[in-house]
Amino acid sequence: MTHLPYIAAAYALGVLIPAGYAIAAAMRLGAAKRRLASLEPRGRREARR
Amino acid sequence: MTAPTSFASPARSRPAPGRGLHRFANPGRFLRLSGAVLPWLAASGALLTAAGLAWGLFFAPADWQQGDAVRIMYVHVPAAWLASAGYLALAACSAVALVWRHPLADLAAAEIGPVGAGFTALCLASGSIWGKPMWGAWWVWDARLTSVLVLFFLYLGHIALVRAFDEPERGYRAGAILALVGVVNLPIIKFSVDWWNTLHQPATISLLGAPHIFLPMLWPLLIAAIGYALVFAALVTARTRAAVMERRIRALLLAQVARAERPA
Repeated sequence: MTHLPYIAAAYALGVLIPAGYAIAAAMRLGAAKRRLASLEPRGRREARR
Repeated sequence: MTAPTSFASPARSRPAPGRGLHRFANPGRFLRLSGAVLPWLAASGALLTAAGLAWGLFFAPADWQQGDAVRIMYVHVPAAWLASAGYLALAACSAVALVWRHPLADLAAAEIGPVGAGFTALCLASGSIWGKPMWGAWWVWDARLTSVLVLFFLYLGHIALVRAFDEPERGYRAGAILALVGVVNLPIIKFSVDWWNTLHQPATISLLGAPHIFLPMLWPLLIAAIGYALVFAALVTARTRAAVMERRIRALLLAQVARAERPA
């Protein structure tokens, strides 16, 4: 395969950037669910969704 | 700080044209709907992106001129499409927020900004990585590259402006105005390769005409593009869900403080 380092770098970015956003979003969503569940009983029901 | 009643009974006091949109201004309804859709969006997006990238990397043919460097296209082109489409969605949400004061449109616009900036950065970086072996330079001040760089700065400006005010509503409004002004850059990006003599090649795929691309290269490109689009939608949905919950948390904390300060 020609230009392998360039292709590997582009694909690494193409996977790592969306994956980084996904991990950050999952952590933020989890933290918000836990906080909301601790503040209101109805939040416990919504947090399980 | 946003009042806890900001989502309450929105349709009653709104003008008729925006009333349909306000069905989704109820945070409980939005959380239920998005909670059901999000796992499917995320799973289908991840699967299609992986399939499109693997197909493009291992099974699609190499280009007779570019060699295997053409495989960078399967990352670069979807990222470029999503950079522009994401900004269009950001501007649409901003218009809905400005005209109908739709509270979820404000939150969605604020959450599209960082995701769009990430995909624009991916577009610029992968284009630069492709440019070095093909053009002999990481960067040229070509009209297409420069207009996409301006798009990236518009995203960064929107992110900064939304967070620049103590009162979130003022930040949303300032960001919405910037987003609408920045829309003028989208046709410049699209037609830059036709209006100016650019190093960047003209469009090979258009909505109206036949594609100027070999079909075994087109299919993995379309699958990767659909996959990335679903990932983009899943990221924005997840972030907007979190933002709705955070708004509710702020409202509950404010209510607790107000109750504690009330004289017995």
